[in-house]
Amino acid sequence: MLPGGHLLSVLIFFPAVGALALLLLRGDDHKFIRIIALIVSLAEFLFSLLMIRAVPVGATGYHLEEYAKWIDQPPIHYHLGVDGISLFLVILTTFLTPISILASWQSIEHRVKEFFVMLLMLELGVVGVFLSLDLFLFFLFWEVMLIPMAFLIGIWGHERRVYAAVKFVLYTMAGSILMLVGIIWLYNATGTFDLPTVEALLHTPLSQGGLELAPRTEMLLFLAFFLAFAIKVPLFPLHTWLPDAHVEAPTAGSVMLAGVLLKMGTYGMIRFCLPLFPEASRRAAGWVAVLAIIGIIYGALVAMVQPNLKKLVAYSSVSHLGFVVLGIFAFHNISMQGAVYQMLAHGISTGALFLLVGMLHDRRHTFEISEYGGLATPMPKLAAFFLFVALSSLGLPMLNGFVGEYLVLLGTYQRHWGWASWAALGVILSACYLLWSYQRVFFGEITREKNRTLPDVSAREKWILATMAIVTLWMGVGSTFITARTAAAAQSVIDEVEPQRPYEAATPDSATPQAKLDSSGAAKAISSERLGIR
Amino acid sequence: MLPRAIDIYRVLPELVWCGFGVLVVLMQPFVRNRHFFTFLALIGTLAGTAASVSAAMRAGPGFDGLVQSDSFSFFFRLLVGTVAFLVVLAAGPYLERERLPFAEFYALLLFATAGMGVLASAQELLTAFIGLEMSSISSYILAGYRRDSLKSTESAMKYFLLGSFATAFFLYGIALVYGSSGTTMLTKMGSEELFHSKLFELGLALILVGLGFKVAAAPFQVWTPDVYEGAPTPVTALFSAGPKAAAFALLLRIFATVPAATHFWFWAFWGLAALTMFAGNLGALVQTNVKRLLAYSSIAHAGYILVAFAAVTSMARDGSAEAAPAYAAVLFYLLSYALVKLGAFTIVSQLGGTGEKNLSLDDYAGLSERQPFVAAALSVYLLSLLGLPVTAGFFGKFYIFKAAVNSHLLWLAVLMAVNSVIGAYYYLRVIVMMYMRESSAEAKSAAPVGFPLTVNFVLAFTVVGTLYFGLFPNRVLNFILQPALFGR
Repeated sequence: MLPGGHLLSVLIFFPAVGALALLLLRGDDHKFIRIIALIVSLAEFLFSLLMIRAVPVGATGYHLEEYAKWIDQPPIHYHLGVDGISLFLVILTTFLTPISILASWQSIEHRVKEFFVMLLMLELGVVGVFLSLDLFLFFLFWEVMLIPMAFLIGIWGHERRVYAAVKFVLYTMAGSILMLVGIIWLYNATGTFDLPTVEALLHTPLSQGGLELAPRTEMLLFLAFFLAFAIKVPLFPLHTWLPDAHVEAPTAGSVMLAGVLLKMGTYGMIRFCLPLFPEASRRAAGWVAVLAIIGIIYGALVAMVQPNLKKLVAYSSVSHLGFVVLGIFAFHNISMQGAVYQMLAHGISTGALFLLVGMLHDRRHTFEISEYGGLATPMPKLAAFFLFVALSSLGLPMLNGFVGEYLVLLGTYQRHWGWASWAALGVILSACYLLWSYQRVFFGEITREKNRTLPDVSAREKWILATMAIVTLWMGVGSTFITARTAAAAQSVIDEVEPQRPYEAATPDSATPQAKLDSSGAAKAISSERLGIR
Repeated sequence: MLPRAIDIYRVLPELVWCGFGVLVVLMQPFVRNRHFFTFLALIGTLAGTAASVSAAMRAGPGFDGLVQSDSFSFFFRLLVGTVAFLVVLAAGPYLERERLPFAEFYALLLFATAGMGVLASAQELLTAFIGLEMSSISSYILAGYRRDSLKSTESAMKYFLLGSFATAFFLYGIALVYGSSGTTMLTKMGSEELFHSKLFELGLALILVGLGFKVAAAPFQVWTPDVYEGAPTPVTALFSAGPKAAAFALLLRIFATVPAATHFWFWAFWGLAALTMFAGNLGALVQTNVKRLLAYSSIAHAGYILVAFAAVTSMARDGSAEAAPAYAAVLFYLLSYALVKLGAFTIVSQLGGTGEKNLSLDDYAGLSERQPFVAAALSVYLLSLLGLPVTAGFFGKFYIFKAAVNSHLLWLAVLMAVNSVIGAYYYLRVIVMMYMRESSAEAKSAAPVGFPLTVNFVLAFTVVGTLYFGLFPNRVLNFILQPALFGR
């Protein structure tokens, strides 16, 4: 390991160091500030790639763990770790941050220094959320990330930015405060904030010193956590903050919001709701699935009638994230993997869509579809990139969106064919709204004189889009690189929800069950040791 | 009977504060230099605070148990002493700007501080009453210190009238408690029969009303916004941090010492807490004056603290010995809250300008462009009030949540969560103003408001404190959580 076994701490705090360095710079040399921010974020991305080596294919449990005392009373620990699921979410975050920085290279002219400081602080919060293994620490990062995002929307956003920023914060806070109550309740029951220890306790039978929650208590706790995550995802009736936040946010903000912030919600479901409250998750699964399916179809239908291009992309997020939630709550190994994959794929393709929409906005300062039309003539390259990304988003085979949606539908079908059939409607509808909007924006006659002379992509934009396109293609054809690493972690989550299910491998790997046994034994040993400390 | 030396040591901080107060008054006719008094007051507050260390080293009951020098009183003496010190620092430039006399202000401030010290260490109800009166009467005068301002006079008048009522309730409560128990010593009220005495309970209830007024608990909170708004801003800073903490200290001591572990007390605190939270937060939503907004917010925060009281009484009722974390929650909250409110009001005082004209939210529009450091400091305070992590306010709220959940007060915890979100809205409004709105043309052309060194020191101290306790609450907590918090 490069930095002495503290790779995860470095990953979390390196952006803070970068932000601090930026703060000390003079505010008027914009170019220098941008370059420093870019270098910091690129270095962070390279650091995050180092994690891949540390997470072996087929291994369960956490790796690169760091464990230190922070507060004695109540015992709160600085506990970090990475597994197959969080690994790629962190990499997605560190990948999208330099992209966002490049995307705001010219569009941010005002308070440049603060902008990049906020972006780096946001990265810190998000990476912290994905790497924390202590419930308290997790909550801390979860809240810390709010403020930079609110500032990104509120200062550098569009016309109704303040409204959107405040709405974003209030919605998120409403959920997260209840989660805090839930976390404290869980602490009272278990005496620890340490996630693996809590998990081990809840999965040990009462007779062996474990803990069993009463069904009602478990359901309330599940709801306290789930509500916070559902708001973040956002799940259907709680989604109303999202279109506002997206439309008003600057491009970089939208990319980060859609790319990684929404994933914090689905990640929370996988990491907390399912393993900690398996019984309640099983009981709630039907309702959650119904909401997810409504979200898939409703999001797609609303996207279809949007006159505003950015809002269209925002509602498509509601629809796509519905697939993720459905995949998680189908409790099938394949759908779970599909959900994880869809989280990554959606981050890339929707991120790219927001980049493209942002580029159009940079040129014409409007998101109205009716203001465009026939753009393929003046800007063929941008049109080509847009088509590519739209196709990936609607799930064309060989591109990234297909893998995730297909796996989700496949896994869900094996459990509940009804759910899968309804959800499949969303795939069809997404083709409708994306292709229809593409047609209205890029094909046909040029209806506005201004559009005739729009410049095509600049060199910088070309590089950004090309990078995104390459990743899209790679994720479409090289998906096994990722699924091989997420498979075991996804299966171990399923095991905790439904222990009686046999191992249904998406990637056959005979060594895994044994490895799993070993690691769970080790986890128990560690947890009992930690309980001893307490 | 002459007091013994050890008794003197145990009330040394109050003696020092009073002594310096008297000294300031005596010197006033002879010394022309106003800064001399600032200097004297600084020395006085510091010396008193330092004396509290010496009092803590000689822990034990003083004057046959009238006062108690223990870790608990040490904590509050340090707190009110530091608050007074910072208020002196912040008040200097204010008095200069408003052309108000220096000496009397500092003398009153020192007397008020001494009163708070007495309140925090009193273990006997009449002693507590003396402390309450010392701090209240000084406060009434301080509230009306800007004599030529209508609002300040109104503030003093309201505070005085309602405050006198509250004090009367308090005194009547003492009388009833004495009548039923035959003693005014808190330590002698532990007997079982008192539990069931209605008269005793009524007496305690009246005491609660009196103290409820001082801490601005609903339904005794109506004076707060007007008094806070009208009083000179450094005085408002003192009000929100000092007397409130001292009154809560007495309340804690009463309920830690007297076994008032009945359903009645539990529901009384439950109701007070819920009502106060909503009264504060809902009131703050519609405020456009920053001082009033912060006043309503301080009502709301009194409500949060009362949640911890409900937890304490609930635990006592259920016979659980685990009340220490709930006490700790109150103490930690008061500490974090005092830091934040002091800082915030100091900024408001400085930005207010001569005659306190610029107090409306609109005056804060675009502050981050004009005075980035001030805006950043105020944001830290507001985020701490809001309870976001990496600030002391977060841990304060966290510990109260924990105390509430510990004693199975889930509904109260949920109400508090709801209130936190309501609170977030109006704190965010100020931040939005500072960072996301444009300055008015008038404000843009005006020169930035100067922040003298002393004021900057106050800001730096409170910001660093807020962030430090937000990252490492350990030390304070370990101190608060020590078993012998209340000397018995």
